[in-house]
Amino acid sequence: MDIQIEKLTKTYGPQTAVNDISFEVKTGEVLGFLGPNGAGKSTTMKMITGYIGIEKGDIRIGGKRMADDTDNLKRHIGYLPENNPLYLDMPVMDYLAFCAALQGVSKDLIPKRVRKMIGVCGLNREKHKKIGELSKGYRQRVGLAQAMIHDPEILVLDEPTTGLDPNQIIEIRKLIRDLGKEKTVILSTHILPEVEATCDRILIINRGKIVANGTPETLRKQAQGNEVLKLCIEDGDTDTVLKSLKALDTVQGATAIQPDQHLFEVQSKAEQSSKRAVFDLCVKHKWVLTELTPLETKLEDIFRNLTVN
Amino acid sequence: MHTIWTIAKRELATFFDSLIAYIILGLFLGFSGFFTWLYGNDIFLVGQANLRVFFSIASWSLFFFIPAITMKMLAEERKTGTLELLLTKSVSDRQLILGKFLGSVLLVCIALVATIPYVITVSCIGDLDNGGTICGYLGLLLLSIAYTAIGIFASSITTNQIVAFMTALLIGLFFHIIFGVLAQNFTGSLGQFFDTLNLQSHFESISRGVIDSKDIVYFLSITFLGLYLGEWSLAKRHFS
Repeated sequence: MDIQIEKLTKTYGPQTAVNDISFEVKTGEVLGFLGPNGAGKSTTMKMITGYIGIEKGDIRIGGKRMADDTDNLKRHIGYLPENNPLYLDMPVMDYLAFCAALQGVSKDLIPKRVRKMIGVCGLNREKHKKIGELSKGYRQRVGLAQAMIHDPEILVLDEPTTGLDPNQIIEIRKLIRDLGKEKTVILSTHILPEVEATCDRILIINRGKIVANGTPETLRKQAQGNEVLKLCIEDGDTDTVLKSLKALDTVQGATAIQPDQHLFEVQSKAEQSSKRAVFDLCVKHKWVLTELTPLETKLEDIFRNLTVN
Repeated sequence: MHTIWTIAKRELATFFDSLIAYIILGLFLGFSGFFTWLYGNDIFLVGQANLRVFFSIASWSLFFFIPAITMKMLAEERKTGTLELLLTKSVSDRQLILGKFLGSVLLVCIALVATIPYVITVSCIGDLDNGGTICGYLGLLLLSIAYTAIGIFASSITTNQIVAFMTALLIGLFFHIIFGVLAQNFTGSLGQFFDTLNLQSHFESISRGVIDSKDIVYFLSITFLGLYLGEWSLAKRHFS
């Protein structure tokens, strides 16, 4: 099921939480929702899941307007809210069965679905405990399990990996990736490597507006512009090397960053790469090229550039 | 209907899983039993084989205990954020309210069923007026659903259980006492108006054995209004 969001706006009193945003998520896509605190991520997710009303604009799920058929469309969505609220006094299995019943899973299928989710989320040892007795990581797994209990076509996850240990994070990311092949997944997070590891597309919002939308590679390219290489060239005189580098056709500028360790930084002209030219140059002068690293703009830098102002 | 029943069932299960249900049932039975059988203007003093005394005591104990049952219903859900969890599932605001309502009413019904030994005891002592007894229980049931609806509404407007409890008691107090007092102090149409609002007079007329559609409509209207306002207060989140 596709999700289309058109010109969505939501204000809280004088504050505009979400300001005229439009985007689309297709089936088989994992969309990463990024933004600083208070950017409007959770508000948007609450509107998609039908918890709060739409003020202006439109949300369509599978072509149907959310506002027209909220109760029915909610059945196709699995949602893990921010802070993962749970009934702490309920045992894990009862809780999952309760959630399944509310989502309209038929009675004879409920035990099967509950068992499946307990397996998928690794809750087998904890299944008879009360949720209140579980550690934060296990509670997070229960939250994920309840979101997926009715095998929804759309998953909306608000910070799904908070509180998990590194092993669990890797498992959950893999799970989200696998789910994302057939389902529509929107996840919000603060952890930037997570977005790169799990998402097909990134949406960065700031102060209620979309400031970037694209795959991690496109965003990086947009932010970076020209290619930058870090080189280590030995066996040559620093000045000569520098001069020869600058003389190359594709090179816009070169600097020696640490002359005593033979480290140089080379910036290419727009849309061109100087990797081969550098290699040929070294071969010609019999210099030894011991390092050639393309310097990529990190997602952190893109995020900072777009959201700090 | 299935959704409402699922919510009500969970509500009952939570009650009986924790100590709340047992404490409330114990207090209710202890309180009404003490005043019915042991203390003050008790059943032996009346010298008749009927349960009037019990019905009047029970109306007072329910007045206090129902807010204690309903106070956490929505206030707690709001506070812990599970309200968001429920309402983003395939559950409408109305289904949630009705589920909570049904769960609380069922607990009250269990409490009322637990007083049946009183009926058996009195019918052993003398010739019990069966019609009057059934009407008395019907009155208690109607009173309970009205107070439960008020309690659900009070619980829907706050995140604090104590505030919900106090609000429910305050609203209940108007119906239980204040309208009656006002009805005595005013004459003419104003006095009549307050008398119509006075819950005690409606309750007494039913528990005397007179089933009047006016009284039933009265209790059902309070119930409907309470639940409607509760639903409205949940729906307010859409327009903040």
